[in-house]
Amino acid sequence: MQLIDQSKVKSKMQTRLMKNNVLKGVFFGATMFALVVLVILLYRIFTQGIGYLDLEFFQNFASRFPEKAGIKAAFYGSLWVMGVIAPVSLILGVGTAIYLEEYAKKNRFTTFIQLNISNLAGVPSIVFGLLGLTVFVRMLEMGRSVLAGGLTMSLLILPIIVVASQESVRSVPKELREASYAMGATKWQTIRRVVLPAAIPGILTGGILALSRAIGETAPLLMIGALTFVAYLPENLLSGFTVMPIQIFNWTSRPQTEFHDVAAAGIIVLLAMLLIMNSIAVLIRNKFSKRL
Amino acid sequence: MKTIMDEKKIQKPQRAEAEQKADGQSVYKIENFNLWYGKDQALTDINFEIPEHKVTAIIGPSGCGKSTFIKALNRMVEMVPIVKMSGDIKYRDNNIFDSKYKVEDLRTKVGMVFQKPNPFPKSIYENVVYGPKIHGIKNKKVLDEIVEKSLKGAALWEEVKDRLNENAYGLSGGQQQRLCIARCLAIEPDVILMDEPTSALDPISTLKVEELVQELKKEFSIIIVTHNMQQAARISDKTAFFLNGEVVEFSDTNKLFSNPSDKRTEDYITGRFG
Repeated sequence: MQLIDQSKVKSKMQTRLMKNNVLKGVFFGATMFALVVLVILLYRIFTQGIGYLDLEFFQNFASRFPEKAGIKAAFYGSLWVMGVIAPVSLILGVGTAIYLEEYAKKNRFTTFIQLNISNLAGVPSIVFGLLGLTVFVRMLEMGRSVLAGGLTMSLLILPIIVVASQESVRSVPKELREASYAMGATKWQTIRRVVLPAAIPGILTGGILALSRAIGETAPLLMIGALTFVAYLPENLLSGFTVMPIQIFNWTSRPQTEFHDVAAAGIIVLLAMLLIMNSIAVLIRNKFSKRL
Repeated sequence: MKTIMDEKKIQKPQRAEAEQKADGQSVYKIENFNLWYGKDQALTDINFEIPEHKVTAIIGPSGCGKSTFIKALNRMVEMVPIVKMSGDIKYRDNNIFDSKYKVEDLRTKVGMVFQKPNPFPKSIYENVVYGPKIHGIKNKKVLDEIVEKSLKGAALWEEVKDRLNENAYGLSGGQQQRLCIARCLAIEPDVILMDEPTSALDPISTLKVEELVQELKKEFSIIIVTHNMQQAARISDKTAFFLNGEVVEFSDTNKLFSNPSDKRTEDYITGRFG
């Protein structure tokens, strides 16, 4: 006696196959939706903004006249802020990751820290802005400066860098550490000569992706009072500043439609910068993964 | 009464001295050593001495604690956070658990070769000079000499002398393991611990490593863990048989394999279990 009724199997076959095909269509549609939206967005921005995108756009400061408006102050402002974010967040982030992975004993305290780092990664950026306003701008009296903005943004992306660095430190094979310790190396020697060289591609990739998130962020900087109309370049860390997303936001909120086109040109610059940074991250990853 | 006690006092060290002369110096003295992983006792009451310039093999079935034991000798076992230990292990009169005797110091004198070849993802040259460099040797000439001497010592020089700057991952498994031995020789250790060094290798590479061990014992004291009894019989002078975390028997290899004094040893070496 057969336990499986073949005729029943046959009658079900059609519906099973159909279900498979329908769902394939649904998932394809979901993918296409995102892609189509992105293409439309890019198309609109490029057709709007390309007319304003020339050398002068990079050489001019903000202006009341759309033809004379440029992104110079915001572009340099972004670079200045990045100049603060990159070293601060990388040193603090990688340091924390190394401490937690290599030095700290696994106990309740470190579990608590770990949990909070993961939580911090999910805190809305505006809250970091509030923190920056209270601590850096007011308590430490840095004012609405590049330094205050950079430090606030560093805090914002710190959890991302810590988590990425931790993962990449953890993925260094145990055998390599053992080999080093077994020859009488200290912890720091092992970290410097074995762990970091193997982990650096992952750390850099995570770091660059976090940085590219930072240059797109607006809310925390608005919160700490970054300026929206700037006709000068930052001269030192305590100068006032603006950044590209804020400048773009400022342009789009003006009534004249010409300014909306200027905003589109600004968006193109911002997107290009993000793309460049992300490709650097990919390049680093590929270069190092080939070497091993 | 007094005289008898005095005699006893004198007699004991004399006898110990006589034994040592017959056997040479010992590099390790293990006294009442116990080790736990959490609540599970992995090693129970280990007591024996490991002689100098000899090959001491440690055999026993899987899970009998032989790897744990050899890793206790250079304190690598402490990388497992839940390990607890009691008793003493003395390396040439230094208690290795003494807080004054730094673990980095111990590991400079006691090198280790692991089960799986674990070269660094660096060049062959950089692999060998890793140890000397961490101990502060920077002179290029000295380092070059160390590389040649160590690679010759590990019988690898002829095969790699023309490609010292190539990545060590390009070597075969057997070559990688000999590179790890060379890396270990480069710090000019006193003792070399080998934790099943041939278990991941093919028979020809295994043979090469075994021949190498015979060469190396002239200069170094070697302790080798192996699950291969023939290997222990071929290359070692002394053998310790571990079972369930205890040393069942420790004697000359010839005696242990031809005329074991414990029934359990006999059962194991004749293949009745394990």
